[in-house]
Amino acid sequence: MNPTSINSTELLPSSSKVTPSGVTNETFIKVINFDFFYGKKQTLFNINFAIPSKHVTSFIGPSGSGKSTLLRNFNRMNELLPGVRHEGDITIEGRSIFDASIEIIALRRRIGMVFQKSNPFPRSIYENVVFPLRIMGCHKRAHLNETVERSLRSVALWDEVKDRLGENALGLSGGQMQRLCIARAIAGQPDILLMDEPCSALDPIATAKIEELIVELKKEFTIIIVTHSMQQASRVSDLTAFFNFGKLIEFDHTNRIFTAPIEKQTEDYITGRFG
Amino acid sequence: MSAPAFIPKNRYRRRRDYFRCFCWIAAVIIIFLLGLIIDEIFTKALPAIRHFGWHFLTSSEWRPNRDLYGVLPMLFGTAVSSLLALLLALPLGLAVALFLSENFLPRPLRQLMRMIVEMLAATPSVVYGLWGIFTLVPLVQHYGEIVVHHCGWIPFLHGPAYGNSLLTASLVLALMVLPTIAAISRASLVAIPETLREGAYALGATRWETITRVLLPYAAPGIVAASILAFGRAMGETMAVAMLIGNSQRLTLSIFSPSNTLSALLANQFSEAEGLQINALMYAAFILILLTLGTNIIGELVLRRTQRALGGGS
Repeated sequence: MNPTSINSTELLPSSSKVTPSGVTNETFIKVINFDFFYGKKQTLFNINFAIPSKHVTSFIGPSGSGKSTLLRNFNRMNELLPGVRHEGDITIEGRSIFDASIEIIALRRRIGMVFQKSNPFPRSIYENVVFPLRIMGCHKRAHLNETVERSLRSVALWDEVKDRLGENALGLSGGQMQRLCIARAIAGQPDILLMDEPCSALDPIATAKIEELIVELKKEFTIIIVTHSMQQASRVSDLTAFFNFGKLIEFDHTNRIFTAPIEKQTEDYITGRFG
Repeated sequence: MSAPAFIPKNRYRRRRDYFRCFCWIAAVIIIFLLGLIIDEIFTKALPAIRHFGWHFLTSSEWRPNRDLYGVLPMLFGTAVSSLLALLLALPLGLAVALFLSENFLPRPLRQLMRMIVEMLAATPSVVYGLWGIFTLVPLVQHYGEIVVHHCGWIPFLHGPAYGNSLLTASLVLALMVLPTIAAISRASLVAIPETLREGAYALGATRWETITRVLLPYAAPGIVAASILAFGRAMGETMAVAMLIGNSQRLTLSIFSPSNTLSALLANQFSEAEGLQINALMYAAFILILLTLGTNIIGELVLRRTQRALGGGS
């Protein structure tokens, strides 16, 4: 039951002397003895692990295993719900995100989030992308224009929409809307990008595009993606964490999780015996 | 062709046919009644329509002793008192709607607040009128004099200030249309997909930014519809207005002067009317019913379009 594959001293996968992409593997996000409760119901149990920066980490596990709940703790979105509480800690670059001196607004501006269902605001494409800048008080036209182009290029949407930036975002296709939401999430130049099943409502072609994007974006962002598709996890992520019943069962390099999992539960799940 | 034994005869069919028939009759009766009322009013108004024509709308003479009738002051009073009421009630109603749709309060308390606001709508008009006479009229008189003294040079604020005035009626009307605005605005705010709120919060928006930049623009058509319906209600509101507006047939532009509305005119004059005056009142009633029906139809159309847009947009 313990996440045995995790080296307790550096809280990184045991085999990760050199991370797959060869970049620095310094710990970025650290989850320490983390418990989480909805009212009286405990949904996360003593989670311990560390996520390195500029990597893609995927969370897999059956429905209700707590992977989305954990994801939504990184930017404290769970606090919008009544009657939630946590024990333990989550740190980013060594600082607790629950510290009283941390302003929740500032935290969320450093962490972009993409949701299961694309949620563009019912405004123009342009205004959607610059929303994070507007609320940060930036109104310089040149900077806004530049951000729109850079963000839309990053999500490979620029060529498709550059002539109709003023049109309502709700007129885009499903895949385009989701890419627009990613562009919006990265427009404020966050450090971390959280993705909660970003392709679950998309067709295979749109999904492939987003997956390509994820691999591209990890050069700039630390990405955590919750996914129900094990193929997706194996295609896009460097590291994979497997959750079941609110516990972290195993956390390791993605290829090791999918080829030689240590825990029986992990093996059963990835071979499709349950879940 | 006998039915297989395992499908029993439809024993409910006859009952269902009776019920459908009953519903049809009820629906037809309602339409018939509305038509009958409008027809009756129009027929009774016809002598006045023939006699005064369009001049009825542009004349500000209402003199029963000389059989001269014109409703310009009442049209003006109706429009201004309703607009003023809307202006006062809209910010407040919107605030209430936001307060009751966002998570400012724990859910049970929210439900209680909602019930209290809805109770405002259930309070009889005459009670508002009575409260207005004994509470609002002295207040408006007192503060009106102060305002007139200091700001009398501003248009619409010149004196002398009366207690029974356009402003007093508007204040009570504002209170009466508040539940309409709050309830319909709240419904359109609640209909906003939760994912939009989450999206805004996740980008680091404060609650204020989420409300002003995402929620209100999204709910705007619903809020517009709420305002139109509230306006319609304010125009037709009678009892409280008749008790408070001062019933002056003179056209005056100050909100502190006594004025009149179409509905208050009808309520105050029907009992002593005779001859052409009855026809003139019917003419006024016909105009009033056209105005309120028109406003309500526009409001409903906007509301329906909003709901369709919300349904299709997500």
